Amino acid sequence: MFCILRVYAFFSSGLCGSQATEVRVSEVEFNPNFVSRMIPTLDWSALVQAADGLGLLQGLPAELVTDYEKNEDFLRKVHRVLLEVEVLEGCLQCPESGREFPISRGVPNMLLNEDEA
Amino acid sequence: MRFLAGCILHGNSNMAIHCSRTCLQYLIHLAHDNVDFRLPEIRSLLSLRGKSFDPCENFKEKSPFWRLNGLSEEDVNSIMARTVCAKSAFELWGHGRTHSELRTSLLKYPTENMSPFLQKDSTYKINVYTFNKTLEFEDRIKKIDAMEYLSFEGRVNLKNPKHIFCLLEDYGTDPNNIPDEPLYIYFGRWIADGQRELIRSHSVKNRHFIGNTSMDAGLSFIMANHARVKAHDLVYDPFVGTGSLLVACSHFGAYVCGTDIDYNTIHGIGKASRKNQKWRGPDENIRANLRQYGSEKLYVDVLVSDASKPIWRDGMLFDAIITDPPYGIRESTRRTGSQKDSVKPPEDYVGDSHVPVSMAYHLSDIFTDLLNFSAHHLVIGGRLVYWLPIYRPEYCEEMVPLNACLRLVSNCEQTLSSHTSRRLITMEKIKEPEETDALAHLSDPHFSPYQGHNAFREKYFSGISKRTLTGKEETNKMAANGGE
Repeated sequence: MFCILRVYAFFSSGLCGSQATEVRVSEVEFNPNFVSRMIPTLDWSALVQAADGLGLLQGLPAELVTDYEKNEDFLRKVHRVLLEVEVLEGCLQCPESGREFPISRGVPNMLLNEDEA
Repeated sequence: MRFLAGCILHGNSNMAIHCSRTCLQYLIHLAHDNVDFRLPEIRSLLSLRGKSFDPCENFKEKSPFWRLNGLSEEDVNSIMARTVCAKSAFELWGHGRTHSELRTSLLKYPTENMSPFLQKDSTYKINVYTFNKTLEFEDRIKKIDAMEYLSFEGRVNLKNPKHIFCLLEDYGTDPNNIPDEPLYIYFGRWIADGQRELIRSHSVKNRHFIGNTSMDAGLSFIMANHARVKAHDLVYDPFVGTGSLLVACSHFGAYVCGTDIDYNTIHGIGKASRKNQKWRGPDENIRANLRQYGSEKLYVDVLVSDASKPIWRDGMLFDAIITDPPYGIRESTRRTGSQKDSVKPPEDYVGDSHVPVSMAYHLSDIFTDLLNFSAHHLVIGGRLVYWLPIYRPEYCEEMVPLNACLRLVSNCEQTLSSHTSRRLITMEKIKEPEETDALAHLSDPHFSPYQGHNAFREKYFSGISKRTLTGKEETNKMAANGGE
């Protein structure tokens, strides 16, 4: 069960252009402490782009809000896309090479073939 | 910390003089297994409280009893809430080599420190604990009665007392030579028990999803403690397998993620590891393991990925990296790559590859890559904890891999057989990598000594084929990983 948005924002080579044929949104306990700590490690524009691509932007701002640690409303929006939205079937695409990495049963397969390695 | 400035006296019998509550000594009673792993665990947990390990004079690491200075009751409670090495902790009131010395010591202990717990309107009980000796019930009662010089004013309540006290007797560590009288005696007020119950409650035997090399519960909690994992942390395991280490870390409140090259294990499909089971069921995957113990909300992600080709962005930081890389014995060491050395796929291979071509991932490369990855992706102060397989006849300390950005914190050995062991290595990131660091390891003298271990698999099996594997060694191998 993979949340593309978390990993996407974490990935090297700026993976973007994800497609999803099956997405699930579930409820996960909100932990503002954890969300605050994660925000500096995210590629914010990549996150927003991915959320938009899935049609799940829902008020996530294009620019990172200042003073977000105290902004519960904002943190809850980030929590939602980080931990509650999951891509079950779909793929991740590298913007440089166009190479697609499949996601099945929520798990992306990042392995390269022998000719790519 | 500031209290200690006023507390000049550390010693035992001097404790009674000018000693406020902050100069109390605490007695930790430790379990007698994984002995080498205990001190690093307690040190790590103390450092989470900003405290250092300050034992009394005559400290013996192998002893089951440690007396510690400089701690508050809160510190002790925090440590006991995490440790799987320590059984119990006590506020030490007295100690000595004989009951006479104990009595002297107890009578010197400040009454203002004792009286809050000896009140008329409270209840109490006294336990007697004997290490390395069994005592008859009547003898226990006699020893309790002999403590009547202490002014217990409350009532005894064996079922649910307000305060519990303990008389602990140490009869040495030789089960074949048990003395008549104890070598040392302690008396104190019970503060808390450790978390050894986790070893049973999280046993791999009852876990939904296991593999051949799932980490034994006790060791996985020790690893989480060595790594100073805490609530709200993000922890990563690059050789996650069935997620045993993530289960332990999530128990302490950390968010967890992992990757593995093995598609089937990550997806929880393929052949089962249990004796009576052929194929894995639908509830067998890492997420299900977290759900079993109530930590599903801490599940971040798992992915299929080759650890030698990390997928993470620069700037992606973890609070801890905890892992058990393959040794090439029960799971093969693999990486994706070209046809240079083709390797037969492992026997438990199911379905099509998902790993295009497997080539041998040399052991020494695994650790060089792991340390380099950690140097780039740990927060400053974050820890890497991993197992290093060792061929004992050739081991020397110099072969433990090093990295300019990581300092070595501890190195604990667990023997697997007469000629092999594994060492739990803990490292802490002390600085960010610079460009010059990248190639530094090639000229590092440590780079070559471990190379010999690339043939670890051959050495492991050559030792075994030379003589039949004894039953004990077989048990040790299985016990080392808790698998069936």
